[in-house]
Amino acid sequence: MSVAAHALPVPLTALPRGARALVHCVLDETPVIDDALHSTVGQRLVELGFVHGVEVEVVETMWPVGDPLAVRVRGSTFALRRREASAILVTLA
Amino acid sequence: MDTANRQLADLHIALVGVPNCGKTALFNRLTGSRQKVANYPGVTVERKEGGFRDRNGRHYRVLDLPGAYSLSPTTLDEAITRDVVLGRVAGERQPDVLVCVADATHMPLSLRLILEVRRLGHPMVVALNRSDLARKRGFRLDVAKLATALGVPVIETVAIAPAGAEALIQGLASFEARGPVPAVEGGAVCDLAPDRAQTERTQQLVPQMLAEVGYREPLRTRAAARADAILMHPAAGMLVLGAVLFLVFQAVFSWAEWPMDLIESGVGAFGAWVGGILPAGALQSLLVNGIIAGVGSVIVFLPQILILFFFILVLEDSGYLPRAAYLLDRLMGGVGLSGRAFIPLLSSFACAIPGIMAARTIPSARDRIATIMIAPLMTCSARLPVYALLIAAFIPARAIGPFNLQGLVLFTLYFAGVLAALGVAWVMKRFLSKRSYHPLLLELPDYQWPDLRSLAMGLWDRVRIFMRRVGGIILSLMIVLWFLSSYPAPPPGATGPAIEYSFAGMLGRALHVVFAPIGFNWQIAVALVPGLAAREVAVSALGTVYAMSASDAALESALLPVISSTWSLGTGLSLLAWYIFAPQCLSTLAVVKRETQSWRYPLIMAGYLFALAYLASFITWRVTLALSA
Repeated sequence: MSVAAHALPVPLTALPRGARALVHCVLDETPVIDDALHSTVGQRLVELGFVHGVEVEVVETMWPVGDPLAVRVRGSTFALRRREASAILVTLA
Repeated sequence: MDTANRQLADLHIALVGVPNCGKTALFNRLTGSRQKVANYPGVTVERKEGGFRDRNGRHYRVLDLPGAYSLSPTTLDEAITRDVVLGRVAGERQPDVLVCVADATHMPLSLRLILEVRRLGHPMVVALNRSDLARKRGFRLDVAKLATALGVPVIETVAIAPAGAEALIQGLASFEARGPVPAVEGGAVCDLAPDRAQTERTQQLVPQMLAEVGYREPLRTRAAARADAILMHPAAGMLVLGAVLFLVFQAVFSWAEWPMDLIESGVGAFGAWVGGILPAGALQSLLVNGIIAGVGSVIVFLPQILILFFFILVLEDSGYLPRAAYLLDRLMGGVGLSGRAFIPLLSSFACAIPGIMAARTIPSARDRIATIMIAPLMTCSARLPVYALLIAAFIPARAIGPFNLQGLVLFTLYFAGVLAALGVAWVMKRFLSKRSYHPLLLELPDYQWPDLRSLAMGLWDRVRIFMRRVGGIILSLMIVLWFLSSYPAPPPGATGPAIEYSFAGMLGRALHVVFAPIGFNWQIAVALVPGLAAREVAVSALGTVYAMSASDAALESALLPVISSTWSLGTGLSLLAWYIFAPQCLSTLAVVKRETQSWRYPLIMAGYLFALAYLASFITWRVTLALSA
């Protein structure tokens, strides 16, 4: 097994275009989307399928700093900003 | 019991589903053209209701709820869906049966929502949509097994096929309107506060359930990957987007021109004909200048609206629009706008009315408002005649390097509008929603060919909304303006132009006090009153004030020497600056009122546009005075 498999979780934003990884977790502290609705980015990310053990693939990234990026998860593709994607910790598959 | 004699009450059903699951196509399939499109009270969220009858003659009322990933909402639209499902919306009956629409080819998102809805314990059916597509991909979901696992009926549908909803209609027949609620196992949850742990548990359940019913996750096809590699490429994608935007702009701006000219000359000819057969007088004037001209001013927008929405619907249905929003997110997100705002804003360069209506396609209500509020700052085509007249009168056609000074001024005016829009958007973001973060979290659905039936119905929707609900306001405003400009009639033996003696003339003269500090003379103030109808009307109104009866084509050349000799340079430049903001288009304000369902936004819009216009004109006037002194 490669060293990477035992590596510490890294934010999804650390992956280059075309890379695959497994979701480790979504951080607890994420930006609040709407105060009145008590919704957070983290809650929504979990609802979209970013849960432990799921494979994700970075399919496209935008210049100049990879913001936003497009991520494939469980057969659907989502565009995320770096700020949202950095809340997702992944381990390299 | 004799079923024929049993009185079956209307069954209220509501379609619930994640965005891009084909829910609206299924709604169109169920209800056909029997649809009512309105807004939920007080918000810019679209409410779509329709109806149909089954073979037993029972009537169904169908509500197409806004697409929602979850019952823990992040947007106003999702909050509406949750509130309707829970029966919390005043004046909205809680649906008897929830139809959860699932996309058989993208099950994980749909199934999670279904499991969440099921916890409510409300009567529900799962419509397994796009089941034809799933079979094409080589798998068929085990409907019976899924129904057993969920404890609710599961029915396959194909929204794009003629009889694709028949099984669903038959399945619904077994439900009683307001009957006893069959308890769903583990149901009747009332607390929907977002709960991460609960959501994670559900999410762990999803892949197990899907594996048991034979679901296969769609692989990214090579064609889709190749298309994304180009269309979402930072450079190539931008080039394609530029070409697409140019095509849309070109279409709205120039393809719409000849049908618009045709409508205008048709209305003009009809008015002249009616004017010819009726004796001159109040009735003739009301019919020709009030009603016929008023109706004409409404339907003249139709070509632009049709062309614009044709492009938007094709781009949206094909899956391109979210990708364009991805490309533009950094650009537009910086000032707090959605990447999707670019089409409404672009079309506002032709006319703010189709632009503001196009904001309906922006998924989040907050983004919609922000886009609507700055749309009138895009220089619309109605301002061109005014610009053309004033630039020709006051700006010398001198060459500056490779450029012409007149062209540079025109460019500056357009640019100033865009700059002001960015500024206003930034201020709104800074002060209206500073406590919350506005995520992108945008799904990029698979590419697909647009469905012609849905396209046609979408276009028909827009035409109906515009004609019925917006047309009424614009038409009544036109008639009021006609009245103000025609009455009272000039006294016998009067020498000045008739408009001088009318209410509009009096109003304009009274307003002159307001406009004098920014260098406007009373003729401009009077012309601005009928100019409320549409910005370009100010030119013909100026012609009326200066007592010219030349036809439209000759009017500009007749007006040109008069204003260039009688107005000061400062007055001309000040009016140019005023028209960057041009707060006086009543049709625009009427559309904003209709789209936002409140007076709040049109009033704020009129207020801030007026303030900016006044400020810009005041500075221009003062600076010009100081420099030419």
